[in-house]
Amino acid sequence: MADPTRFADQAMEHMPSLYSAALRMTRNPADAEDLVQETYLRAFRGFGGFREGTNLKAWLYRILTNAYINRYRKQQRRPDESSLDDVQDFFLYRRLGGLEGARAGRSAEDELLELFGESEVKDALESLPEQFRLAVLLADVEGFSYKEIAEILDVPVGTVMSRLHRGRKALQKRLYDFARDRRLTGADPALEPSDDDKHEEPATRG
Amino acid sequence: MDDQGMTREPPAVDAEGLGAGVECREYLAEVHEFLDGELGAERRTVVEIHLERCGPCLDAYDFEAELRVVVSTSCQENELPEGLRDRIASLLRDLADEL
Repeated sequence: MADPTRFADQAMEHMPSLYSAALRMTRNPADAEDLVQETYLRAFRGFGGFREGTNLKAWLYRILTNAYINRYRKQQRRPDESSLDDVQDFFLYRRLGGLEGARAGRSAEDELLELFGESEVKDALESLPEQFRLAVLLADVEGFSYKEIAEILDVPVGTVMSRLHRGRKALQKRLYDFARDRRLTGADPALEPSDDDKHEEPATRG
Repeated sequence: MDDQGMTREPPAVDAEGLGAGVECREYLAEVHEFLDGELGAERRTVVEIHLERCGPCLDAYDFEAELRVVVSTSCQENELPEGLRDRIASLLRDLADEL
């Protein structure tokens, strides 16, 4: 059993990443601060039940996620899964693969950052329905494994994989749409309107 | 003439530059599990061997990997709000004192 008087020593180092996640969840700095504070207070009280030597960061994220869901789910309608577009695999790559810059030898990373910018990436992630946003956040930003995410969100691993799969594709589509909308006046030829916005069926294969 | 006596067909790609072979489709479908480090060691090696041989698949994998770096770095906050750490530390000290 973990000794509560030692909680702060071990837990404080995770605060920046918890705050970062809280901000992506709540989309509001004041709410994110409240959520992080609540997480630490709950974690302190529950620390006796934490088994030392197991993953403290994942345990804190589980508390953060539960605190977020308890506090904010009441405010919103149940997340609407059907509102998530069905998007092709490699959506962005298919559209951006032939950029001029890529041929000039610049890295895709530079290219992407120039195209989207940090704030658009944040906006795109934050625009995903909650359950997809949480899965993508935990995997792609925080680097948790499927098993850890399953424990944090209290869902089966298969559900984590399915949410990640759909969430990542939707994120690519939103990134593309945000960048395109911003550039409509700039007439960037690399970003022609995607004509498959309305497609309900996944692209047929084979 | 190829020095090693091997000639290699250029890989078939579709209109969007993705590997079009049946084989390539299987590998492309595994990109996220691969990047997530969730493929078994044996399968991972099989994928790596394919990526060494197949430029179009390697390019597609690279793109997804770089996009992840962009998402990850863009979505992390580098600084905590002023006073948050001290406030929480002080609350925790008060709670510990009550024990």
